[in-house]
Amino acid sequence: MNRPIIEAKELCYTYPDGTAALKDISFRIAQGGSVALVGENGAGKSSLLQHFTGCLLPSAGTLSIKGTMVEGKNLKAVRRAVGMLFQNPDDQLFMPTVFDDVAFGLLNTGTPENELETRVMEALGTVGAAHLRARPPYRLSQGEKRAVAIAGVLAMGPDILVMDEPTSGLDPGSRRRLIRLLKTFGHTKVIATHDMDFALETCERAMVIHRGRISADGPARVIFSDKALLERASLEPPRGYGPTGCP
Amino acid sequence: MNSFAANSFDLGTMDALAAGNTPLHRLDARAKLLVTLLFIVTVVSFEKYSVSALMPFVLYPVFLIAAGDLPAGYILKKALWVSPFALSVGIFNPLLDRQIVLHLGEFGISGGWLSLTSILIRFALTVSAALALVALTGVNAICEALMKWGVPRPFSVQLLFLNRFLSVLAGEAGRMTRARALRGFRKRKMGIGTFVQIAGHLLLRAVDRAERVYRAMLCRGFDGRIRLAGHSHIGGREVFFVTAWGALFALFRLTNLPVELGYLLTRIIE
Repeated sequence: MNRPIIEAKELCYTYPDGTAALKDISFRIAQGGSVALVGENGAGKSSLLQHFTGCLLPSAGTLSIKGTMVEGKNLKAVRRAVGMLFQNPDDQLFMPTVFDDVAFGLLNTGTPENELETRVMEALGTVGAAHLRARPPYRLSQGEKRAVAIAGVLAMGPDILVMDEPTSGLDPGSRRRLIRLLKTFGHTKVIATHDMDFALETCERAMVIHRGRISADGPARVIFSDKALLERASLEPPRGYGPTGCP
Repeated sequence: MNSFAANSFDLGTMDALAAGNTPLHRLDARAKLLVTLLFIVTVVSFEKYSVSALMPFVLYPVFLIAAGDLPAGYILKKALWVSPFALSVGIFNPLLDRQIVLHLGEFGISGGWLSLTSILIRFALTVSAALALVALTGVNAICEALMKWGVPRPFSVQLLFLNRFLSVLAGEAGRMTRARALRGFRKRKMGIGTFVQIAGHLLLRAVDRAERVYRAMLCRGFDGRIRLAGHSHIGGREVFFVTAWGALFALFRLTNLPVELGYLLTRIIE
């Protein structure tokens, strides 16, 4: 394996109410890798994702991003390296216009004013949303909101893209456009999803999370053809992965 | 669309208006904020029976609405929503102050009615100017301007979050009332018990949602400072804007223009 860009060692997280969300999670993700995190509701996928941006910090064990430990003093560096896409784009779009929203992160990281316009428009162009620049985000369709949220993350030039249920609420056309878009990205991608077809199309590797532990980790095609494993994790194989295995 | 959802949609209208591109929109927020504050201070500084002297001040909100290409009806409607507050401030004046201070032909007008009229005019002027300012500038830019003036950061950030989370709260309230309406088969009014439960749930949901929004902001480098693109430049236009309006407000304050014009007109007619 190449030098890992993300490395977790015996990572544990317990919520203040005592719920153990993550238990002894260990994995390594190489630069440029794409990993699908799959598992039932409450399995711990979102809790794990929130560790990547330091929104949650490990109760025990360690997590490193680009060799930097995810801990209080390193959060700035960690958040520069990781771009997080939230499940609901409305949580992520808070500025009055699409342009201001995409520029939000850039301004916070000290991007000079003369570069701002170029970088914002570049990011909006990548997701095909340049024409929305003057629109208020709350009046966009769900697919447009998702595209703008991705632009906001891309504009910051992260090495790692972390996505929480990116296809939720998208119509088939928007979902297809998102798949095409993600395939063009060279970033390291970690995607938590219930959409197994989406996971299969966009990720080469899959990790199954079950009750806070990694119950399987391997090539997506192999994991998704193991019906017994998926059943244990309350998952279903992607369409076409019938009882006979791979299509 | 239920009223909560409609209001949540409406909250964003101000932001949409602020995204316009007229010369007034492009003016630095600090200049607009300073002139509006000057306007408000000047308008409220008049003595309690002033009515005619306030009339020239209509010019400022009218200018903001016209030059900023703002929908006058929308601004007026918004101002009307809060008018009961102004009315409640002066509603008892006619009862408490019955001394006749003005005669219109044979009719005597008491001080109470005059002061109530004055309160309502001041209210209409200041609220419409403030609304026009928000519609031209946006709350975020106003918060940024306050910060640049040295207003303590917690205050301006609180204001920013209040604006952001107000729409979050309205959105959550809209979803909850819609859910209740869909399960309420009879058009029964909401009892106090139900209301308390819904309000409690609403608070919990809004806190949860606000936490997610805040996390999303942190993920994109938010450190408590408000930074906006291309909104901070004090140039000749800003200086002219402040000076011109400042001079006009001083003129309106020091001379009662309608009365002076009245005298002039009377002399011409005579």
